[in-house]
Amino acid sequence: MNDLTLIRKNLFRKKLRAILLTLSILIAFFIFGILGAFNRLLNAGVEMAAADRMITMNTINFTVSMPYAYWGRVQGVEGVRNVSHMTWFGGYYQDPTQIVQTFAVDPATYLEAYPEIVVPADQAGAFTTNRTCLMVGQMLALQYGWEIGDRIPLLSNIWQKPDGSSNWEFDVCAIYTGSEPEISTMAAYLNYDYFNESLAFGQDQISMMIINTTDPAVNERVAQEIDAMFANSPAETKTANEAAFARAFIDQIGNIGLIMLYVVGAAFGIILLIVGTSLIMAIQERTKEIGVMKTLGFPAPRIFRMVLIESVLLSLVGGLLGIGLAAGLLQALAPLLAQVLPGMTVTGSIFGIAVALMLGFGVITGLAPALNAHRVRIVDALGKQ
Amino acid sequence: MTSLYELKDLSKRYTRGKETITIFEELTMSIPQGDFIAIMGPSGSGKTTLLNLLGGIDRPSSGSVECEGVRVDKLSEGKLAKWRSQHVGFIFQFYNLMPTLTAAQNVELPLLLTKLSGKQRKERVATALDIVGLADRKGHRPRQLSGGQQQRVAIARAIVADPKVLLCDEPTGDLDRASADEILETLQLLNRELGKTIVMVTHDPSAAKYAARELHLDKGRFIEAKAEPAQ
Repeated sequence: MNDLTLIRKNLFRKKLRAILLTLSILIAFFIFGILGAFNRLLNAGVEMAAADRMITMNTINFTVSMPYAYWGRVQGVEGVRNVSHMTWFGGYYQDPTQIVQTFAVDPATYLEAYPEIVVPADQAGAFTTNRTCLMVGQMLALQYGWEIGDRIPLLSNIWQKPDGSSNWEFDVCAIYTGSEPEISTMAAYLNYDYFNESLAFGQDQISMMIINTTDPAVNERVAQEIDAMFANSPAETKTANEAAFARAFIDQIGNIGLIMLYVVGAAFGIILLIVGTSLIMAIQERTKEIGVMKTLGFPAPRIFRMVLIESVLLSLVGGLLGIGLAAGLLQALAPLLAQVLPGMTVTGSIFGIAVALMLGFGVITGLAPALNAHRVRIVDALGKQ
Repeated sequence: MTSLYELKDLSKRYTRGKETITIFEELTMSIPQGDFIAIMGPSGSGKTTLLNLLGGIDRPSSGSVECEGVRVDKLSEGKLAKWRSQHVGFIFQFYNLMPTLTAAQNVELPLLLTKLSGKQRKERVATALDIVGLADRKGHRPRQLSGGQQQRVAIARAIVADPKVLLCDEPTGDLDRASADEILETLQLLNRELGKTIVMVTHDPSAAKYAARELHLDKGRFIEAKAEPAQ
């Protein structure tokens, strides 16, 4: 027997109370785990943004296009290593409800701009040379059962052909995966030239440009030069680092980080009160036992430490179960989540933050009861019958 | 006999609101080593307070409590806790065992304050439980034991660290006559065979008869003292 035996026995002496308290903490850390994984996923674009990659779009917003000619002009700016472009196709497959995120791109420069898009060399070659090629993500191909060699129709809810139809036929010739699990493989890419030549309107327009610089250090100057180049034109541009662009995009959805802070904060606050109050009551119930221990010679600081450890242990048990449950659930749902939230997992950093919170939570909830135990006067405690 | 305790001009006063209650006023007494004293007296006479002062769980308002030359009343809280763990064994009326621990674990509790190894602690616990005749009950929790058995576990806990003095506050107050006699015989054995100095507070004259001396405390002073051979 040692102090830990005493702590453990005290912690679980009233099983129902221990279970309920553990459950409360479990719920708080379960919420933290799920929201933390979601928040990280949302910010994955920011985290994974390449330092040497910038986005140029119309200064109004990304839904307003700019001339295709900009692409050629930007290539001449000093410090630019590669320039690609992309245009929103607004595609769907067979039915308008079956939306497919489709972009018209310049294949060669696009694959160079995004090395995290992993595609076999022969398929990459096919995508670059075959004008009717459609490069699809692995999960998208899986969703619709598409395979290399399939000819599939994609309809656009924006663009039309001169004959009034919105139907484009493509050959699936490349299936890409991501270098990281967080990279969505639910998009499709088509050849801009093939798309542009068949448009009834809006020809020679692009939605945005992707610029790779020779060195992140030149980003600011390059951005200024590009935007200055198109200043006072009908389509002025705004160039920003990819991370800033991703952040701005997330902010359009809402401040998820703040929402998470409020939800987790509220859950933690309430549970902190419940657990803290319960622990104070539990220690009060044990006043006489604490008095006896002090009588036997247990020093007050040791009793303080034991109560504090008891609280931290409770927090760790509930917290680890909660974060473990969140991790397990996300792991189990990974195949389902892969389509909408790929790579949504409880990472090491989320786990680390959770453990730090558990320790902090345990100390905060245990401080008042530990102080009460420290202050117990033997004569008063033994007087209680 | 060598003196174990020397109490000089001991006073204890409590303040309740604006009122000051005096428990003792300049009490002086000596307790020889190996003595077995029964302190009797009406409720509120200061018996338990005296026991608390002897055990270093309360401090006098004035005067001194000296044990083997150590001024117990002057020790800091930390040193006092250590002193208690090494010198005093406590036995309470309601046993005060830890309900979550087994008999053996309850007895082992004071040994957690020593540097003994787990094996040595187990040996000591076994010996202590053997002395009180509960070796076969070591795995039982307090609620699985009778009152008399619980008190015997409490005695084992009090002696396991081999203290010189045992302070007993109404040790038989919650027991039937037969169990009470067993407990008192055990205390007598500890006094005679192991040389433990015992100070026992009791209301029960038949319990007091097991002691070597009876002291009667009333209104903070000893009104009668008689020496009788122990039974």
